[in-house]
Amino acid sequence: MSASKAAASPPRRRVSPLRYVMPGIVLFWLAMTFIGHAVAPYSGAAIQDADLFEGMSRKFLLGTDYLGRDMLSRILEGARFTVGISLAATALAVGAGLLLALTASAVGGLVDQVLSRFLDALISIPSKMFGLVVVAAFGASIPVLIITMAIIYVPGCYRINRAAAVNIAALDFVAVARSRGESTFYIMLREILPNMVGTTLADFGLRFIYVVLLLSSLSFLGLGVQPPDADWGSLVRENMPGLPYGAPAVLMPALAIASLTIAVNLSIDAFYGSRRAREGVH
Amino acid sequence: MTGSIGTLLLGRLLAAIATLWFVATMVFIITNLLPGDVAQELLGQSATPEAVAGLRKSLGLDVPPFERYLTWLGGLVRGDAGRSLVNGMPVGDLIGSRLGNSLLLAGITALVAVPLALALGIAAAVKRGSIYDRAIGMGTVLAVSVPEFLVASAAVLVFAVHLRWLPALSQLGRIETFWDGFRVFALPVMTLTFVIMAQMARMTRAALVDVLSSSYIEMAKLKGASAARIVVWHALPNAIGPIANAIAFSLSFLLGGVIIVETIFNYPGIAKLMVDGVATRDIPLVQACAMLFCGAYLLLVTAADVAAILANPRLRHR
Amino acid sequence: MAPLIEIRDLRVEARGDDGQPVEIVKGVSFTVERGEVMGLIGESGSGKTTIALALMGYARFGCRISGGTVRIGDTEVTGLSEAALRKLRGRRVAYIAQSAAASFNPSRTIMQQVIEAARIHGTLDEAAAREKAIGLFRAMAIPKAETIGERYPHQVSGGQLQRLMAAMALITDPEVVIFDEPTTALDVTTQIEVLKAFKSAIRDRNTTGIYVTHDLAVIAQIADSITVLRHGFVQETAKTGMLLASPAQEYTRNLLAAAEPARRERPALVETAAPLLKVTGLTVGYGGLDAEGMPLVPVVREVDLAIRQGEALGVIGESGCGKSTLARAISGLAPPARGTVELGGKVLGPGLAQRSREELREIQLVFQSADTALNPRVSIGEIIGRPLTFFFGLKGAERDRRVRELLDLTHLPASVLNRQPGDLSGGQKQRVNLARALAAKPRLLLCDEVTSALDTLVAAAILDLLAELRKELGLTTMFISHDLKTIRAICDQVLVLYAGRVVETLPASAISARGHHPYAKLLFSSVPALHQGWLDGLAAPAMPASATEAQGREGCTFFHRCELRMEGTCDRIVPPPRQTPEGLTVACHHPLEG
Repeated sequence: MSASKAAASPPRRRVSPLRYVMPGIVLFWLAMTFIGHAVAPYSGAAIQDADLFEGMSRKFLLGTDYLGRDMLSRILEGARFTVGISLAATALAVGAGLLLALTASAVGGLVDQVLSRFLDALISIPSKMFGLVVVAAFGASIPVLIITMAIIYVPGCYRINRAAAVNIAALDFVAVARSRGESTFYIMLREILPNMVGTTLADFGLRFIYVVLLLSSLSFLGLGVQPPDADWGSLVRENMPGLPYGAPAVLMPALAIASLTIAVNLSIDAFYGSRRAREGVH
Repeated sequence: MTGSIGTLLLGRLLAAIATLWFVATMVFIITNLLPGDVAQELLGQSATPEAVAGLRKSLGLDVPPFERYLTWLGGLVRGDAGRSLVNGMPVGDLIGSRLGNSLLLAGITALVAVPLALALGIAAAVKRGSIYDRAIGMGTVLAVSVPEFLVASAAVLVFAVHLRWLPALSQLGRIETFWDGFRVFALPVMTLTFVIMAQMARMTRAALVDVLSSSYIEMAKLKGASAARIVVWHALPNAIGPIANAIAFSLSFLLGGVIIVETIFNYPGIAKLMVDGVATRDIPLVQACAMLFCGAYLLLVTAADVAAILANPRLRHR
Repeated sequence: MAPLIEIRDLRVEARGDDGQPVEIVKGVSFTVERGEVMGLIGESGSGKTTIALALMGYARFGCRISGGTVRIGDTEVTGLSEAALRKLRGRRVAYIAQSAAASFNPSRTIMQQVIEAARIHGTLDEAAAREKAIGLFRAMAIPKAETIGERYPHQVSGGQLQRLMAAMALITDPEVVIFDEPTTALDVTTQIEVLKAFKSAIRDRNTTGIYVTHDLAVIAQIADSITVLRHGFVQETAKTGMLLASPAQEYTRNLLAAAEPARRERPALVETAAPLLKVTGLTVGYGGLDAEGMPLVPVVREVDLAIRQGEALGVIGESGCGKSTLARAISGLAPPARGTVELGGKVLGPGLAQRSREELREIQLVFQSADTALNPRVSIGEIIGRPLTFFFGLKGAERDRRVRELLDLTHLPASVLNRQPGDLSGGQKQRVNLARALAAKPRLLLCDEVTSALDTLVAAAILDLLAELRKELGLTTMFISHDLKTIRAICDQVLVLYAGRVVETLPASAISARGHHPYAKLLFSSVPALHQGWLDGLAAPAMPASATEAQGREGCTFFHRCELRMEGTCDRIVPPPRQTPEGLTVACHHPLEG
């Protein structure tokens, strides 16, 4: 009818509570990684005086598992594995990816080409497949899991960081530094790296999500964290028999995973607002 | 630009073959770095040295690794993937009996998910900034963030446990009518669709938003073209490449999703076969399944590349 | 009779960075009579394009028309439904955009797009529309009018696309045509051909038009009246002749002054025997070397030039002629395949790695876009201070004092010291860019299009600063630009580059007397003059640009576009530079005119 119809959506400010809630959830699980054992109401390993697959109650806030153990305690204690292993693998992957990317774009030439070719070929092995093959060959121990997942995600990190580094290296201020006679090291560290912080951090968050999901999937298949240790994926697996009864023991650990990954995802959105970074990346 | 479309396509094909070879080599290296002795492990500590040596010989473990690699690679090319370490059956037969089931599951899922995801993604792009767009955006973020088994178990809980509409396990042997088939496939397909649709819808939206914000779309609007004409006649031909990419990329998630879904619903496909193979460390079986999945993935990626090349007007009309 | 177009108190809002609505057009009113062309002129952010689009009831993503009325004939555009607007757009009001290359759909043929509006609005059937389109192509002097429609946009040159877009707009015989900076992206020699086509189309059809531009000289040729805009407000509206002769507003007077920049004051040259910079036989390119050691894709070819101490040499040429590559080769960023660069009598190494730190210090390159030339993550103090530390080892208070001196020299407030480039205006950033180069105390300053990305008035201030620096510091400069008026304002000598070769070298004062080389002549005569009727007074067009530019090793690079070309000579032999009695150096086989 009027001009406002002809125009796009009216300007509106997006005030988002996500900005505070979501990072809060991430921080909570990070804290649980270190103090989960201390704050758990019971010992996760202790079989309580309760029925199997009990529902939620005041005594057992998230019910009990297939042996009658307290689920809340088991989830809080499981954070150490899910968050801890994922964090270690992500840090390794992003660190290695960033280092290789900076080296490739600084040295250029043959080193860049060989690295890029090799890592690009590696990316064409789907992540779960890579995980399964390694577990079949080496068995599943925590160091194997961390290293495997780090290797799986190095090519993706490399690709993102190299693209960012190459784009920045093509900008005029880098040419200015080069024409001044600055060393390659100075240019990487002072001119290029500061402009990559946003990209690398956002990538770190996304990689972390992928790693959490991959680890959980492997554990769910019984090929990840092995008993007596239990991460959230293992918790879902061992309690699957409770599914027909609708026991909270099945859903609660899965929801814990979802709460972590969703919170990380939305926190990245809140800070960087770039959804593009996530599209077409794995 | 130099070189014709033909050389470009040939290049892609050669690259795909080279990558497949690289993948095969990686798979072989990983599965042969195994510390310890497979034969010893299979037979247990009580086995006599003669028995272990005999098994080593029958497994071909007594020849040098490089020779073994060549034999294995040659076998793959001929379609002979060796014998299972667990039950001695040819790996080819094991896979052959299951492959059809997995393809059926993937095919049905693709048929459901692709049109649905494209419709959602296109609608979100056209209504960019609207409540609908934001709801899709939020929905897809949630969907890509949750593990597949959460989706699957939630679906079982709702449709099998509470509503009792659908069976929780996939028993393919009992299918007699179309309705039976529908009931068996409903839950696995629903779960897989959910898993791959979000990624596809979101990438489709991004591709189209990109095209829709270009100057020639504004020009079309200023020529008085209708919204439908703008999307169908102006935007989509330019978005084919990226959308094909989105589809291929999302379908590759199917490979991962299938592993979980076949396990949870006890569906007799090759993913389930492979997971069981990993659990029993049946290396020849795992190798063959891995190659099959990687090959399928490469096929998808190459198909998307080819579609993008064929859809590019600058390459088509020189 | 009532005016055809009447805009009253038009207001447009955009969503700002903080999500709050910001008014970008703040109550604009003007009228346009039937058959007249109204020019909208202003710098970036003046709202000129937004106003033009509002005439079609259109606002870009994130913007909306928030108040006022737009009337065309009997139609109240601001009150129309989306469906009624579709009937108006492309039928009664047509639009010609700035970038034709981006405004044509790459997936459809040109003809499909040219006749699209006629088909949508049902004014003509397919065959009649095609016939009419071909007629329009002819009227626009587009070569191969019968067949060009079957091509795809990427197969046609930019100047032709711009004229094809005009044909696209005129296909429905609209009442109003909106020209939105339609020649801004074109080279000046192409612009002239497009302007001529537009002008005759407007005259033949008695078109009512809105012509949006930032270039006063262009608009003076086309518009009957001009509205001057600034920050979303109308400064003044007047008949073109009135506005050029006696502008009412201070702002308009400044714009006029900047459009025809005066020759800046320049220091007297000290005659020295040897030039400060001497470039001999410089050939630069990419794509590897051939058997003779020449680059496969040469960008700069066998260039000789010299700059004396304290002199300012202007390098002019159209986009892609190799002028930026020349500067990069001199600075060492792009090592030449052949030829030498001498500074102060000493031959410099070809690349950065072969030059000493002192040699690198002596030549400083100032890049065109301060947006990409300044690291967005580094403070201004560090940006300017780094060369001081790097070259002179200055630290702490001493470095700080020198940075403040440089800020002072470039007229920047000391308050920018701790800010980052993103907090500064475009003009301020360019000053920082200059200050950083000056920090190295260079003997030679290479300025690559340093005013091109700036608004007219800001660019004028930077020119003033450069002239001042030359006087105070006795700088020797090479000043690269595609804009003749800028070069003329501050340079002593001018070098004309075409397809990588020097075609003419002449004193800046001799530019108005017209060059001798056919290309220089074409270039100089293509720059619009700031008075009405200049376009109409031009001679018949020179030979049209050929689609395939000469890139061969042999012959004159300008051969395919030259109106004086001599088959058998010009396409075989590279013309050697020749001196004229007036002190010009011309590379042309043709006998030189007096």
